[in-house]
Amino acid sequence: MATPLVVSDVAKSFTMHLRDGVTLPVVKGVSFSIRAGECAVLGGPSGAGKSSILKMLYGNYAVDEGQIIVQHGGGLIDLASASPRTVLSVRRHTIGYVSQFLRTVPRVSALDVVAEPLVERGEDRETARAKARALLAQLNLPEKLWALPPATFSGGEQQRVNIARGFITEHPILLLDEPTASLDARNRDVVVELIDAKKTAGVALLGIFHDLDVRDAVADRVIDVTAFAAGKIAA
Amino acid sequence: MTDEPLLRVSALSKFYGSRVGCENVTFDLWPGEVLAVVGESGSGKTTLLNCLSTRLLPSSGTASYRMRDGQRRELYRMSEAERRFLMRTDWGFVHQNPADGLRMTVSAGANVGERLMAVGDRHYGRIRATAVDWLSRVEIDDDRIDDEPRAFSGGMRQRLQIARNLVTGPRLVFMDEPTGGLDVSVQARLLDLLRGLVTDLGLAAIVVTHDLAVARLLSQRMMVMKDGRVVESGLTDRVLDDPRAPYTQLLVSSILQV
Repeated sequence: MATPLVVSDVAKSFTMHLRDGVTLPVVKGVSFSIRAGECAVLGGPSGAGKSSILKMLYGNYAVDEGQIIVQHGGGLIDLASASPRTVLSVRRHTIGYVSQFLRTVPRVSALDVVAEPLVERGEDRETARAKARALLAQLNLPEKLWALPPATFSGGEQQRVNIARGFITEHPILLLDEPTASLDARNRDVVVELIDAKKTAGVALLGIFHDLDVRDAVADRVIDVTAFAAGKIAA
Repeated sequence: MTDEPLLRVSALSKFYGSRVGCENVTFDLWPGEVLAVVGESGSGKTTLLNCLSTRLLPSSGTASYRMRDGQRRELYRMSEAERRFLMRTDWGFVHQNPADGLRMTVSAGANVGERLMAVGDRHYGRIRATAVDWLSRVEIDDDRIDDEPRAFSGGMRQRLQIARNLVTGPRLVFMDEPTGGLDVSVQARLLDLLRGLVTDLGLAAIVVTHDLAVARLLSQRMMVMKDGRVVESGLTDRVLDDPRAPYTQLLVSSILQV
């Protein structure tokens, strides 16, 4: 089975230059891989470094050591050492990301926020909007909100816009940072359905879910992040 | 996406006597890419912008530009006339103060039309139609086309300056604090407009700003400058969310939370 994402021996620490250069180790020796069609979940308590790992895999955090090998554009690239331009191309075509919070742009409608990743991939705007409408309807976002910028939406409404934006494309790898955190039960079930559909389509998913029901419903396996604790002495 | 950079800058330095303007700046810019140059006043970002746009000649270093015919040309080896032609056709320069980039005593329509005439358009009707079209794209009502920019508000002047720069379909636009000196509500509108235009037209741009929020919204890549040197560069969200250099950490931690 295809393995589009392989992480080996990744380490991350933060050096706080404004605090006399104190170094905060986050994780080290992070090694795992994700197969196409499976959903793996990062497990461990808050502060264990789950979000940091996800952010490194998206190029949002720099990587101190190790490799992140991604199948991209018919070849393999190391995201940990890739140029900004390569990271952007990986984000456009290979790795999608659903964050906890939506960073809104003034004056852009919810519908266009959702359609944008498809337009960036070269889809024509009307087709992209049609797909965005279908997703927003599936996620039960009231139709009267679609034409409005999401800045004033409630937390749960913003999160659904965010989820629709993350799921609209056909990225072969999808990272999910607590996509169900502020959703009610009905919409959580929709997200579980969306994840199942991605698995069937052969997408490799890696997520953080604090909601145990959702986690049990979607996880094929749990990766215990405490094993990568940077304070721990290597076994 | 092309495999060749539009602009290739290598070891660019500018000294004012013994004082450093900018030192040893190296980067590539690809078509459609927006690069933000951030840093506080006096960090050398405007000097760098002026060198890149050939308004100022560097003390050392090279910059080459891929012309529309695909040939690479060394910017600092071109004749003055060639550089002026590039500036009028393939490049735009948006000044912080619109009065520096506009002719304040001719009409808004003429400000836009003038750039078209500079590239050889002589058909009055067509020039006027294009001017009307561009004014509407920057959200200026067409009944203002015969007014002078002196009668415009700051935000409108800035939008007019942008229309004047983009009307010739440039491939590279330099912007020096494009939202500086504007009210926040006017700023948001302008940023949103710029963001849309840059995406729709596939422009490459180099935006100098001290405002990290502006950099976050407009750019994919960022360079942080201090005392004339680049202290950190990378993807914009990476630099802002995981700043590595001491100075970048100071900048990011100094943002006021609203």
